[in-house]
Amino acid sequence: MEAILAIAIGVVASTGVWLMLRGRTFQVVIGLALLSYAVNLFIFATGRLSVDREPVLLGPLGATLQHYDDPLPQALVLTAIVIGFAMTALLLVVTMALRGLSGNDHVDGIHAPPGPRDDPAAPPPPSAPSALPAHREDAGPAHDTPPKGPA
Amino acid sequence: MTGLLHALGARDHLVVAPILLPMLAAAAMLLLRADRFRLQAAFGIASTGLGFLLSVLLLVQVHQGGPDGSTAVYLAGNWKAPFGITLVADRLSAFMLVLAHGIALGALVFSTARWQRVGVHFHPLFQLQVMGLAGAFLTGDLFNLFVFFEILLAASYGLLLHGSGGARVQAGMHYVALNLAASSLFLIGAALVYGSTGTLNMADLAQRIPQLLPGDAALARTGAALLAVTFLTKAAAWPLNFWLVRTYAAATPPAAALFAVMSKVGLYTLLRLGTLCFPGADGNLVLLVMGLATIAFGVVGLLASQRLAYLAGYALLVSSGTVLSAIGLEKPGLTAAALYYLASSSLGASAFLMLTDIVERWRNGGAVFAAYQQSREAPFLGRDLKPLRGIDLDEEQDQPTGQTLPTATALVGLAFVMCALVLAGLPPLSGFTAKVALLTSLFNPQGLGHGVTDVSVGAGILAHPNTPGIAGWLFAALLVGTGLACLLGFSRAAIRNFWAAQGRGVPSLRLAECLPIGVLLAACLALTVLGGPVLDYFEATAGALQRPQVYVQAVLQQRAVTTP
Repeated sequence: MEAILAIAIGVVASTGVWLMLRGRTFQVVIGLALLSYAVNLFIFATGRLSVDREPVLLGPLGATLQHYDDPLPQALVLTAIVIGFAMTALLLVVTMALRGLSGNDHVDGIHAPPGPRDDPAAPPPPSAPSALPAHREDAGPAHDTPPKGPA
Repeated sequence: MTGLLHALGARDHLVVAPILLPMLAAAAMLLLRADRFRLQAAFGIASTGLGFLLSVLLLVQVHQGGPDGSTAVYLAGNWKAPFGITLVADRLSAFMLVLAHGIALGALVFSTARWQRVGVHFHPLFQLQVMGLAGAFLTGDLFNLFVFFEILLAASYGLLLHGSGGARVQAGMHYVALNLAASSLFLIGAALVYGSTGTLNMADLAQRIPQLLPGDAALARTGAALLAVTFLTKAAAWPLNFWLVRTYAAATPPAAALFAVMSKVGLYTLLRLGTLCFPGADGNLVLLVMGLATIAFGVVGLLASQRLAYLAGYALLVSSGTVLSAIGLEKPGLTAAALYYLASSSLGASAFLMLTDIVERWRNGGAVFAAYQQSREAPFLGRDLKPLRGIDLDEEQDQPTGQTLPTATALVGLAFVMCALVLAGLPPLSGFTAKVALLTSLFNPQGLGHGVTDVSVGAGILAHPNTPGIAGWLFAALLVGTGLACLLGFSRAAIRNFWAAQGRGVPSLRLAECLPIGVLLAACLALTVLGGPVLDYFEATAGALQRPQVYVQAVLQQRAVTTP
């Protein structure tokens, strides 16, 4: 049981990290969500794995640890799930706003980051969506359509 | 006032007040209509002002408790320490509370002039951020630390996005994604620590970690390392700091001024957990190396920046790096000096971030966005490194003679000079005192006038058993070199913004904007004048951090209140 859970956490976490390092905002959001699932499973597992044990004290059972499960990680994981959910929702809003403002779903927007001095080879401002820089990961043609309306 | 509180029976609840106050204020503000800016601002200022007073009261109460300080412990659910939620105020947390509330109050007053109106819900978010800060400083529990981190981060996302616009949303995207990843690391670290020790209470952890079996100890240390990565990200240590400068420059100035304290939370937690739960861990070398690298990175950035807000961001990085390296060098005297430096640089950086707004608006003729920002140019030099129009850096410019400097211009210039002196560490302001204290405790841990009196000073330093070592010399060199680099960066900015400025009117100053900057700079001045008592306080703080058993005893022996 431990091996299966460990492998599952590892697979979900590594998928999450890989997606998080991608260039598209949606992939980053999904990556962060997967990472938080892996973390939640991990917190859950720190209470040790057991089957059919009570989390709260019951009368007939002896008051020793072998009869009970640790309830604290379950409480912690609930808090972590709620916070992670809210943060993911907020990130989605930011993602949508960025998509609307830059007309593109790359995490860096359309340009190189606006610094004190721009790269002279930077593409023109977002008024010309045809000049979007081609990123390697935008194999799907549907990604780079300009926004239809204000976001 | 202490007596009054005692009479009301409220003294016991003083520790929890800095958390409850902003929470209730934020909740009350949400009942108001979102466009009642004045009423909301009044609520906010009242709440943060009261919070500031209570923090000062807490500091006085903690400081009067003798050489070890009285550690005020509050059992939120009335459960004895390892079980329930514990809030702890000792000298370090009380000082951080006062600093955070002071800067928050300044930023809040500054925001009433204009920035509160560029979006909705500025004031509730601001209060929630203050609540998160206070909670992070007061909590005695690793998981509640996570919860308060999330509160302050969630509020900071909102504050960063306040006013919207491309630059803020862009910076917000990176900031939110980065902090979500960092929070995941925090959770893994906390879970590892819990899994190996069976507790999350910091005092209990301090007792249990030395008794762990080798296998469990390795797990706990792994957890500690992951926690440290999170805190280093918050503290903006190189290479985890590329987010800071653009984020702070994109945020509205009052929010950025508050963020200047937020990056100190990471330093606080590193210091707290490092001394309490993991003393003598070999992570200090990592802190030292990262701190030195952060200083170097910040200095290069300072020299390369054209925008004032970027200048402030890099100055914050330098200050973070200095405190980190001082913590990493593991000397109590150095920690005390680093805390003084932290106070001075936070005040200076916050004042500078707010001043930036006034200077930029003056330059843009009142517009919030300059022409160069619309055309995506740098503010002073074009792509071919030639100066832009409106700036005359020539020596032979026709100087208007016989014209007196308008008072407003002189005031803005004076504030700029004071900020530069504080941040660069030049006399006569607190930045200089901080650097002297750092260098003194680096070379002569016994303090000035002790230890090396019998030999000539130079030979004494070299032959003294407490020689700083290669890392110490590097730190000293960087500390001195940083002063020069800061001075270069700030002088260049001053020449461009004040001296070479042509065809500008008089900066429009409003009391609500000048007052906080003036008060924060006056606080720097007060830090200098009261340098002795303040440094004594920090030495007592650093001494108490070296004796974690005092903290542990105070927390674990706190008795639950019996119901009458």
